[in-house]
Amino acid sequence: MSLFAKLQPITAARQTLADRGITSNVVMEKVLSSTEAIINGRRMILAGTNNYMGLTFDPDCIEAATQATGKLGTGTTGSRMANGTYSGHVQLERELADFYGCTYGVVFSTGYIANLGMLSALTAPGDILLIDADSHASIYDGCRLSGAEIIRFQHNNPDDLEKRLKRLGDRTPNTLIVVEGIYSMLGDRAPLADIAALKETYGAYLLVDEAHSLGVLGRRGRGLAEEAGVEDRVDFIVGTFSKSLGAIGGFCVSNHPELELVRFASRPFMFTASSSPSVIASTRAALHIISTRPELRSKLWDNANQLYQQLHDLGFQLGPEPSPVVAVRVSNIDRAIALWRGLLEHGVYVNLVTPPATPDGGCLLRCSVSAGHSPEQIEQIGNAFASLREVFQTAQTA
Amino acid sequence: MQDYETFLKQIYELLDPLVEGNLELREESDFVADLGFDSLKVMKLLEKVEDHYDISIPLNILPDIQTIKDFVLQLEKIVST
Repeated sequence: MSLFAKLQPITAARQTLADRGITSNVVMEKVLSSTEAIINGRRMILAGTNNYMGLTFDPDCIEAATQATGKLGTGTTGSRMANGTYSGHVQLERELADFYGCTYGVVFSTGYIANLGMLSALTAPGDILLIDADSHASIYDGCRLSGAEIIRFQHNNPDDLEKRLKRLGDRTPNTLIVVEGIYSMLGDRAPLADIAALKETYGAYLLVDEAHSLGVLGRRGRGLAEEAGVEDRVDFIVGTFSKSLGAIGGFCVSNHPELELVRFASRPFMFTASSSPSVIASTRAALHIISTRPELRSKLWDNANQLYQQLHDLGFQLGPEPSPVVAVRVSNIDRAIALWRGLLEHGVYVNLVTPPATPDGGCLLRCSVSAGHSPEQIEQIGNAFASLREVFQTAQTA
Repeated sequence: MQDYETFLKQIYELLDPLVEGNLELREESDFVADLGFDSLKVMKLLEKVEDHYDISIPLNILPDIQTIKDFVLQLEKIVST
């Protein structure tokens, strides 16, 4: 068997899309603002960017990034362990820990690396990772890197989690439960109060990935753990800078002093270049903004509720609850592509998600709403879906 | 303690509703190549087997499973520990 044989199924999958006229990723030819870009030569409303707070063009963030580049250069050219720790990295770690009311914080180069780095450092062969079945790829990959035993529990099902905790018997002190604040595909929240209670009952540890919930949930924007009132029961919070904070990077905060040891045990932390000064500077500015401007969160939720309600009223099958991730479910790939193309023709970009990236084998037209969207833009997104309803209804009956 | 043949028979029974068409189930049947399983179906099978035996099957074993026989051998190990 050739080295390349394993790639053949990917060729076949790409051909499936090519036969339907999709040959490459969407290219943003020009980005006009946090909510608009030029795609295929025309102006589009961006409704698939995870730019929840709309901060990618915030003047304070841009100014901070520009100044940092001028003063510190374009990149660190080194890992955190070598020459890649600048004062900005250390300050951001302190500010993140303070934001969460935690003692310790560590910054990673991406959100993906944060999960890889944390899971592989915290667990090893002999330990158990109990993960939600709909976890992000970075969680699955981090689990594999750890060498620990990986056990899935049914998505958002505390009863199934408890069943599996019981089966572990006296191994629960060596068990790390991993869930997400908001799940990226359908926008649903984890039942975190129940999960945290189980963690306490069985003496396990709990890590929550707040990638899609930082800035979005909780009175201060700290995420689902804050909203659910269980921050004191969560052992580790992981997050990303590439959504609400409008940059790229990742982090973990905790009250466990062992988090400091992760710096010396986590290969994804040690053996990759650190974030560039501009990224750290804009992230610090963005963190300050989400800490001090709760009105952005209110605007985000107004937009999210407006779009969810409009699409719901139109009869679209959506994720289970209103959220800044508004996912329209379509069972048939041809219809999903037709709808997605139709939206582009109406000047709206959303994410087309096909299996195996979807939770249940269907397709998704995944919208992500931003505080940067105007009410008119949200209406335009909804109107684009409305005008395609006929195609959608055919899809549902096909 | 159950023997291999008993596990095999039970796995056939649990697999049967998940297999489309009149495909014959054999020990050598490859889940992907012969039975057309995708990752979702594999996970459905795991859940059924987990509930049936009241066990949790670690995902770590999946790379070592191609055929029904591979699965039954792994299952024997998990149930016996």
